[in-house]
Amino acid sequence: MKTKTLIRLATQSIRKNKMRATLTMLGIIIGVAAVIVMVAVGYGARTRIDEQINNLGTNMIVITPGAAQQAGVSQGAQAFPNLSLKDVDKIRGESQYISAVSPVIVSRTPVIGAAGNWRTTINGVDTDYATIRDWQTTSGDFFGADDVQSNRKVAVLGNTVAQNLFPGQDPIGTDVQIRNAIFKVVGVLSVKGQTASGSDSDDVVLIPYTTATQTLSGRTFIPQILASTANGQDIPAAQDEIRTLLRESHKIQGNNDDFTVRNQADLAAAAESSTKVMTLLLAAIASISLLVGGIGIMNIMLVSVTERTREIGIRMAIGARGSDVLTQFLVESIVMGVAGGIVGLVLGYAGAEIVGHFTGWATVISPIIMLISVIFSGAVGVFFGYYPARKAAALNPIQALRYE
Amino acid sequence: MDNVIQVEQLVKTYSSGTNEVHALRAIDLAVAPGEFVAIMGTSGSGKSTLMNILGCLDTPTGGAYLLDGVRVDGLDKNALAAIRNQKIGFVFQGFNLLPRTSAVENVELPMLYDRRPDKGSRDGRKRDTHALAAKALERVGLGDRLEHQPSELSGGQQQRVAIARALVTEPALILADEPTGNLDTQTSIEVMALFQELNEQGITIILVTHEPDIAVYAKRIVEVRDGRIRRDEPVRNRRSAAYDSKHLEEKEVA
Repeated sequence: MKTKTLIRLATQSIRKNKMRATLTMLGIIIGVAAVIVMVAVGYGARTRIDEQINNLGTNMIVITPGAAQQAGVSQGAQAFPNLSLKDVDKIRGESQYISAVSPVIVSRTPVIGAAGNWRTTINGVDTDYATIRDWQTTSGDFFGADDVQSNRKVAVLGNTVAQNLFPGQDPIGTDVQIRNAIFKVVGVLSVKGQTASGSDSDDVVLIPYTTATQTLSGRTFIPQILASTANGQDIPAAQDEIRTLLRESHKIQGNNDDFTVRNQADLAAAAESSTKVMTLLLAAIASISLLVGGIGIMNIMLVSVTERTREIGIRMAIGARGSDVLTQFLVESIVMGVAGGIVGLVLGYAGAEIVGHFTGWATVISPIIMLISVIFSGAVGVFFGYYPARKAAALNPIQALRYE
Repeated sequence: MDNVIQVEQLVKTYSSGTNEVHALRAIDLAVAPGEFVAIMGTSGSGKSTLMNILGCLDTPTGGAYLLDGVRVDGLDKNALAAIRNQKIGFVFQGFNLLPRTSAVENVELPMLYDRRPDKGSRDGRKRDTHALAAKALERVGLGDRLEHQPSELSGGQQQRVAIARALVTEPALILADEPTGNLDTQTSIEVMALFQELNEQGITIILVTHEPDIAVYAKRIVEVRDGRIRRDEPVRNRRSAAYDSKHLEEKEVA
């Protein structure tokens, strides 16, 4: 028989049992839809995270206090105020690879401006911060080295803060109040967008770290040091170098570091691990669904073979070979698999679009993935349809004709 | 011209464990082209076994069977399927049409299983199976029922569709197994009239039945009992089904 005839026959007999066929295909539909959403969302999330990590800066290295042990018990990250301005100076003075370094002294407090107040993050940083984060100003300028040295009360506003405190106007030259001190706005930063953890990177005010320790925290503890190298190849060497320098200054022997040195790739890996869990979960759902769907097809095909025993007998009596019957049933289960795959593809596409719409991720569905998922659902049809089809082909025409 | 059927010393033995059942014991039978043979017998006589072997649905345990000059005993399953497809047209008691499939598609079916590369066409073009099926349905008087499904047809009409399906491949032999078993008397006689008409056009027919009333429309009666042919003789007072059909109507009107 011609392929066209076979497919026509298969679709005919599937259409005779629409409800049953639809329910049978459901497993495949859900499986393929899950695969499509999984791939699309996974791709979208990864692209987004890469973007955000690159957005952090170029060749950035992050040093945080952490993992100190006290009497043999690890106290976890940031348990101790281990990093100090001395460390910053040491890195700046002795490192060969590091070209820019800045402490980051974080505090959260309301800022009062022309249009009211706004609670935000105040980061006390050095001038190198702009270089490390690769962050330009859209208006005004970053504060200079003399501002840092003389503890001047100057502030650079993040875009979100500027929008909220000075809607529709240029805040350069005006004053903002942070705690009890009046700061002069010298610059407004360009828009960076969301961070990998979902918070707004533009919701920030930058002030000299010297001013920050003096006016805001009064502490010398530094929660974070950012550094960067002039070129990307130097990053691993720079990390090793920083470790050596800090061990020296913290008088650490062996493997008991009380600080953590990470680069952007490490941050990306950490951020991706959560999406990896989600992707794995969806992959598990997809494969279980495809398996169950396949078993469903097998089950229905077995029922169908029994129901249509007489039909098989008729076909054999008028000259169908065993292989003709085998092909007929196999094509039927393949058509069911592929049809389920196509419906799943459409639903998965819609699902990915919806997820993309709400998360703002660029969900991308490549044609190759579409092709693979349809071929795979056809393969599920072949795999689970073969046994029932072979059973049909092995029927004895005399007994099949007599079957009631 | 070769006999359509040439059977010599045909034996069929079923063995179930230590038990041996002799369904057929040394059958000799020859059927010439254009004959209309009724095979009669009670249930258990072996007529169904004989019919299955003649129809190439089953293989004999011993003996020789030539169908249309071709030795068919000892052929494998696929070769037998091809023989059934090309040389035999089946008509069954239960009509055995594919449900929810139009009449014309039912009739088309045997042609779809024909694997011969030329498929009987002389000019090398593909056969128009749909047109051939429609022609066969016209031949049995159902030219206006092409797209009807079996459930929309009466029993007699369904059997006509089955006869059209048997005719469409122009087989050497039509094998009808109790074709009137599910039909009322009037319709039975009408179907027999169609068989007689086809036989007059030169088609060889073997009819398996247990009803003597139906067997009288054949030209020759072969009676099987206990796996042997007990009687093989021409029908003496052969009846015309077309006449009976009319006569029956008149009787009912009166």
